[in-house]
Amino acid sequence: MNNEYVLKMEDISKEYFGNKVLKGVQLKVRPGEIHALMGENGAGKSTLMNILFGMPVIHNTGGFEGTIEFDGQKVSIDNPHKAMELGIGMVHQEFMLIPGFTVTENIKLGREITTPTVASALLGKSLERLDTAAMAADARKALDTIGLGVEEYAKVAGMPVGYMQFVEIAREIDKTGIKLLIFDEPTAVLTESEADRLLETMRVIASQGIAIVFITHRINEVIAVTDSMTVLRDGTFVERLETKDTTAARIAELMIGRQVEKLVEDVQEDKRSIRDDDLLLTLKDFHVDMPGERVRGVDLNLRRGEILGIGGLAGQGKVGIPNGILGLYPASGEITFDGQNIDPKKLGDALQKGVAFVSEDRRGVGLLLEESIQQNITFTAMQIQGKFLKKIGPVTQYNSRQAYQHTQDMIQALDIRCTGPDQWAGRLSGGNQQKVCLARAITMEPKLLVVSEPTRGIDIGAKKLVLELLAKMNREQGMTIIMVSSELNELRSLCDRIAIVSDGKLTGIFAPDASDAEYGLAMSGVVEGDKNHD
Amino acid sequence: MSNSPLNKRSWQDALKQFLFENKVIILFVGLSILCMAIAQTNVSYIASEVFSRFGRNACLVLALIIPCLAGLGMNFGIVVGAIAAQISIFWVVHWGFTGITGFVLCVLMTTPLAILFGWLQGMLFNKTKGSEMITGLVLGFFAAGLYRLFVLYIMGGVIPYDDPNLLDRGFGLRNAFDLTGNLKYALDDISCLTTFTVLSVVMLLSTLVVYFYGKKTGAESKPIAGKLIGWGALLVFSIVARYIPFLNEMLGGTRLLLSDAAVLGGLALILWGAMLLVKNRPGKADPMFAKALKWVILGAVLVISAMIPVVSKVYRAVRLPAMTLAVICLYVLFNSWILNTRLGQNMRTVGQNRSVATSAGINVDKIRIIATCISTVLAAWGQLIFLQNLGTFNTVQQQDNVGLYSVAAILVGGANVQKATNKQAIIGVFLFHTLFVVAPLAATQLVGDSAISEYIRMFFSYGVIAVSLAMHAWKLAGNSKKKA
Repeated sequence: MNNEYVLKMEDISKEYFGNKVLKGVQLKVRPGEIHALMGENGAGKSTLMNILFGMPVIHNTGGFEGTIEFDGQKVSIDNPHKAMELGIGMVHQEFMLIPGFTVTENIKLGREITTPTVASALLGKSLERLDTAAMAADARKALDTIGLGVEEYAKVAGMPVGYMQFVEIAREIDKTGIKLLIFDEPTAVLTESEADRLLETMRVIASQGIAIVFITHRINEVIAVTDSMTVLRDGTFVERLETKDTTAARIAELMIGRQVEKLVEDVQEDKRSIRDDDLLLTLKDFHVDMPGERVRGVDLNLRRGEILGIGGLAGQGKVGIPNGILGLYPASGEITFDGQNIDPKKLGDALQKGVAFVSEDRRGVGLLLEESIQQNITFTAMQIQGKFLKKIGPVTQYNSRQAYQHTQDMIQALDIRCTGPDQWAGRLSGGNQQKVCLARAITMEPKLLVVSEPTRGIDIGAKKLVLELLAKMNREQGMTIIMVSSELNELRSLCDRIAIVSDGKLTGIFAPDASDAEYGLAMSGVVEGDKNHD
Repeated sequence: MSNSPLNKRSWQDALKQFLFENKVIILFVGLSILCMAIAQTNVSYIASEVFSRFGRNACLVLALIIPCLAGLGMNFGIVVGAIAAQISIFWVVHWGFTGITGFVLCVLMTTPLAILFGWLQGMLFNKTKGSEMITGLVLGFFAAGLYRLFVLYIMGGVIPYDDPNLLDRGFGLRNAFDLTGNLKYALDDISCLTTFTVLSVVMLLSTLVVYFYGKKTGAESKPIAGKLIGWGALLVFSIVARYIPFLNEMLGGTRLLLSDAAVLGGLALILWGAMLLVKNRPGKADPMFAKALKWVILGAVLVISAMIPVVSKVYRAVRLPAMTLAVICLYVLFNSWILNTRLGQNMRTVGQNRSVATSAGINVDKIRIIATCISTVLAAWGQLIFLQNLGTFNTVQQQDNVGLYSVAAILVGGANVQKATNKQAIIGVFLFHTLFVVAPLAATQLVGDSAISEYIRMFFSYGVIAVSLAMHAWKLAGNSKKKA
């Protein structure tokens, strides 16, 4: 193996509106090497790849600092086209394929082979006729290179997802002079056997001298296929490792490794009694078909009175669980809640039976942005439970006085900063919006409160307030809470137990003080954790 | 859901799928038969009506295919093209040109106007991505309003227009514009033999152009001898046949009997299919083989049908305009040809997914404008063909229903807002106009009032559009359920 690097990115820094997302990162890849780029969500992997690919999002926000050397030459890549010309290809996480087209048409998209016609002689090249035979031959060659036996004239629509991924790869291979290929979490959507084939294909491609940057969370795949890796954490460069010199546990530690800071003061002493046999909610073989957050068979027990955290990397299915319980996405499996069954196919069934939900999509699902705070807080309770209504003869009317009073109380109790109950919810800051969402959930007086990503997009001060509020509700009112969050740190500072989801399945339930390596491995789906951990 | 391969389906499933996919067509075939049964009219009359309407409308409907595939939905905006055609007719008639000369002049005048209109329309569509259909519909109303102003005031009021068609008050055109004696049947009256001559000369020339251009650019050129011989033979035939009384009587007149056309067309199809069969030997797992076989069988059916007395009686009642049919064929060929060019491929890409198209380096906005222009120009020519056949038209509101009827027709043929083919357009024109002819007859038979026919047609066209859009939505819902 040649020791000279085909790609050398050094001292890369990038700021988005004053927020430093990359701080002096370096990435070096040798020709014909499979190099893993690892890190949690938000570690800066995609920003680094966007820089390498010259994406407009980088250059519209003030460019970046640092140098890129490609093939021994210092280069400035300011648009994706330039990157392609240099020989950098990318296999996207979301397929850039057209389902209605054949495999050949997709592979040759934008690079069709044509022959002259009478019209093109008169009116220009765009009227040249497609040479379908030559295109098919090229496509066949690319498909054979990666060993995909699919017919080149088959339509992409209806193919298994794995095949689409391979077609996408074939397209990149077909481009002439490709030197570096980026795989952006290619195995996330694949079945196990498809993923194995993909890894095999990556080896074949690398053996032809093409360098591969492999972005993934899955540590076992990294161990299996890569030669070396770069680990990023919070926008900083952690280490460049040769795969043969390291272990899965070490990688996990490097990815997670950070101090647990206390986000929540102990509001008051813990007087709760949580019993293992007093279950509020059980999930059995729970599946949710939420695009991008699929849940593939989860069994989970929730004890009355506890705060259960659900963590895991983005796209692994943790957000799917609450959305499935509430019936917002097609779900199957058995949900037992406080002695009765919840039918996930019936929208509103969970709400009616006493589950309140604060959605991760605050501005989309959570709030009526152009309605008053009062409307937002009272709306669900009014619809589901018939609160804030008065009967005048045969008609029911909105009891605005009662609602106003309740909203005032909530504003005081949760310290919502606003001009009054009439202010539009859309005008509030993120943290205050989140409090409105919580107020609405509390108004329902639920037996179970499910909060999804409660601190997403709100500043650190507000974050603390929201978390303390949750803790207070749990301690004072004995409310059982499920909290879904991408921020492990947050979960560890608040929850009694933390369930980690990877690839739509539960990989472990841990105590908040379990080690970084344990969490890291579970998040990468490597080991089956101790499910009865208490 | 199982991933079983498609070819292992049972025939029941296959039949079910066939019925489901063709449900729109099946519905309207059923309706037609029902209406015919109620109306109890002479089949020969219906056939001749339907064929004459086919010749009139087919081109307008075929103009809808390109924008549909480019993701613009059903282009209700072809009204604008029709307006361009009508404006050009006012002047050509005024200058006193008649016959085919006048018609060609109309085409020459209409084209730049239609390109201009199409370009403006395309820019508007680019500003309203995702709601092109409603934009096109409203644009049609808007353009019709401007056109009324033009016809009723500007003609003669601002632009001097000294013509008997002008109202006595000195500005504004009369309500009916008569084409008798100038443009009526300008295209329809060209005989089959002349059509052959023109066609073969054009094809010979273009074959040579491609050959020499290909040579100049250094691309490897395919042998052209076969093409030259074929088209040359047609040219010789079209000239010689004039001196053979039997052939001249059959092909030299202004119209072609459907019975003759069926035999000739059938023979041509058999010949074409046989040629394909020889080229692509059977046994190979080649889709071309099945296709060729289909042509041969279709040709044989046509020839045989012409020999059955009952059918042949109907065939003899229908007289076809040869050149107009040839133009319709050219429209069909143009559509399939352009889709096989780089431009066409780009259009389809844009139609399927704009963001993928952009990432493949395609200028999406430009492609959409080109597609709109093509549609507008084709529609403008189509309106010229329509009007020369009609012979007289309503100066003010002739264009109003062009978009509506054309869209209804193509939808009846099984097209939807995302996909339309030549076949669907052709089938759609036949089906829609069959119903258009027989539904009022049936209504008259039932109610006993002939005035009802206009209401029936209006109700019917909008109904067709609503039903086929609903059925398309049903199909989409079915698909997404299957995926889940």
